[in-house]
Amino acid sequence: MSKINVQELTKIFGSSPKEGLNYLEQGETKDKILEKTGMTVGVNRTSFSVEAGEIFVIMGLSGSGKSTLIRLINRLIDPTDGNVLIDDEDITKMDKQTLTETRREKLGMVFQKFGLFPFRTVLANVAYGLEIQGVEKSKREEQARRAIEDVGLKGYENSYPDQLSGGMQQRVGLARALANDTDILLMDEAFSALDPLIRQEMQDELLDLQNKLNKTVLFITHDLDEALKLGDRIAIMKDGRIVQVGTAEQILEHPADEYVSNFVKDVDRSKVLTAAHVMKKPAVLAAYKDGPRVAVRKMEEAGVSSIFVVDKTKRLIGLLTIDDAIKAYKNDISMEEVLRTDYHSTRQDTPLHELIAYAAETKYPITVTEEGRLTGIISRVSILSGLVLGKEKEEVSAV
Amino acid sequence: MKNLHLPLEDWTNSFVNGWLLPELGDFFNQLSDGIELIVDGVTDGLLIVPPFLLTFIVVVLSFWLAGKGVGLFSLAGCIYLGAVDLWPEAMQTVAIVIVATLLSVIIGVPLGIISAKNRFMNQLTRPVLDFMQTLPSFVYLIPAILLFGLGGVPAVISTFIFATPPAVRMTNLGIRQVPEDIVEASKAFGSTTWQMLFKVELPMSLQTIMAGVNQTIMLALSMAVIASMIGAPGLGSTVLSGISNVNVGLGLTGGLGIVVLAIIIDRLTQGIGDKL
Ligand SMILES: Nc1ncnc2c1ncn2[C@@H]1O[C@H](COP(=O)(O)OP(=O)(O)OP(=O)(O)O)[C@@H](O)[C@H]1O
Ligand SMILES: [Mg+2]
Repeated sequence: MSKINVQELTKIFGSSPKEGLNYLEQGETKDKILEKTGMTVGVNRTSFSVEAGEIFVIMGLSGSGKSTLIRLINRLIDPTDGNVLIDDEDITKMDKQTLTETRREKLGMVFQKFGLFPFRTVLANVAYGLEIQGVEKSKREEQARRAIEDVGLKGYENSYPDQLSGGMQQRVGLARALANDTDILLMDEAFSALDPLIRQEMQDELLDLQNKLNKTVLFITHDLDEALKLGDRIAIMKDGRIVQVGTAEQILEHPADEYVSNFVKDVDRSKVLTAAHVMKKPAVLAAYKDGPRVAVRKMEEAGVSSIFVVDKTKRLIGLLTIDDAIKAYKNDISMEEVLRTDYHSTRQDTPLHELIAYAAETKYPITVTEEGRLTGIISRVSILSGLVLGKEKEEVSAV
Repeated sequence: MKNLHLPLEDWTNSFVNGWLLPELGDFFNQLSDGIELIVDGVTDGLLIVPPFLLTFIVVVLSFWLAGKGVGLFSLAGCIYLGAVDLWPEAMQTVAIVIVATLLSVIIGVPLGIISAKNRFMNQLTRPVLDFMQTLPSFVYLIPAILLFGLGGVPAVISTFIFATPPAVRMTNLGIRQVPEDIVEASKAFGSTTWQMLFKVELPMSLQTIMAGVNQTIMLALSMAVIASMIGAPGLGSTVLSGISNVNVGLGLTGGLGIVVLAIIIDRLTQGIGDKL
């Protein structure tokens, strides 16, 4: 069961949308319909589904219908045609009361322009969703405080929105959506109004929260970097239609058409960037002579679940997972027998784009070796953000 | 042109005398009694309070809401009203203003809300309000006399009708001015229409509505003075008797009293609006 299931959804703005729908079905384009009837096609027979726990990113140029689409999903605007199933219930057919309840229980939203209530304190803003549900004051404030803490705004409960910076205001917006504890978060360019540094901070925060709370997130952006960083899957939208859906790798590797490749063109940095640009020194290494017991302790100290094993000349021998290490130690098997080698090895001068496919497949980091010696490792995140940012910024704490 | 005679005057008179008064006369009488009771109550209430105590309250409020200058002015103004022996008249005028303003707000604010929400209502109220605001103020006196006779009650009614437009307009404007993203946010979290109105739209437009109420009060004051022509008690009737007796001194004394009241009330209500 998909969390959100969008079926043939269409929105036409104008005097007689049904007529516009006929034109669409005859295969007329958005521009033609505008020319002929003066009506604007916002979303054009779009279908996709979002699974529970997924971050689904929609990107596209300005005017491609992203905001219209996300507003159709919680029915802030009514569709011309098509269905939106939230947990298999069709929101387009709900009566007013059911719609209100669904919004309260299932759909949180974060807005580009924050949409905070200026006359309410941070606490009262965050508690708003619960307040209108009639949750009693002490309980809703407790829940609101927790959400405020989650987004790192503890201590600002009694401030007013205009006393906060843009980044902090957007944290309030996020907390307000979190406080309701809905499964689904709709985020329309939620970070676009923030300056780049704060924006990255918020992205990291969202990923963190996602790890903790495992929401289903529909995230809209027109920023490729953001899409690659956040999206489990990315949909590219053009003139109200989704032209491609896929993982970051799929979209970078096989753009469906020119529109998409124009979008990812910026990422041609991958052709000049090499493994050396994005590799990291591994956080910990195990020496072969140390044996499994020491390796386990090193993994525990570093908080990682696997470790690369090298000999005393730093020559890479293999990868030891913590499970294997414990097994070896308990059963007194030699380390050699449990070492894995099913990771990908590459050289420093390998272009990044050649690594994308490997990064997608393997669950272990890619190793970079020089004459057999381990010089660095590359995680999947490093490749993507390397493509995006030009150099590695993430810290690889876990192997 | 003579042949094109439009008997509007006759029609109106026969409508009022032939249908309106016989059919609804009782209703208007009861309404009249009710309003009279309220106006008298408020007037008595204001007069029961010792002038120095009321002065003290007004001055403190002025200091707090509008600052030192207005506070001092209020003090001087109240002393003036007492010194020229017009305190009771001033309180009578204030009572009419209070009752008329309350009626204006009770009727005007909801009308404004409906106009903001409903296209049809908006198209209906807009020309009516425009028309009302171009009509000379004493025209409002005529139907009031017709239905309620002479005295304080028709004064309150005509004052209320004259003073309502800004309350409607500014409420309408205030609600429309609430930013779309805030309305959207409240909707997205599952607010009902009423919750949106009371928890978001009204708080967001309170300042604009208060600006409207301030205008309403000022219009009410000017009308309460004019309504002395149909027998409303108060500072207006002081000025009127100054005029009819060619007593310039009396006219000036009363006129200054009106100015004093106007300034104090204006600054006070503006101060409340700014404090919100
Ligand atoms: N209320 C409306 N009335 C008429 N046309 C509208 C309305 N809202 C959106 N549109 C039109 O629908 C199309 C899609 O707009 P939408 O706001 O969804 O784009 P977007 O992808 O969110 O763009 P942006 O990146 O600029 O936010 C545009 O052509 C826009 O002009
Ligand atoms: Mg948009």
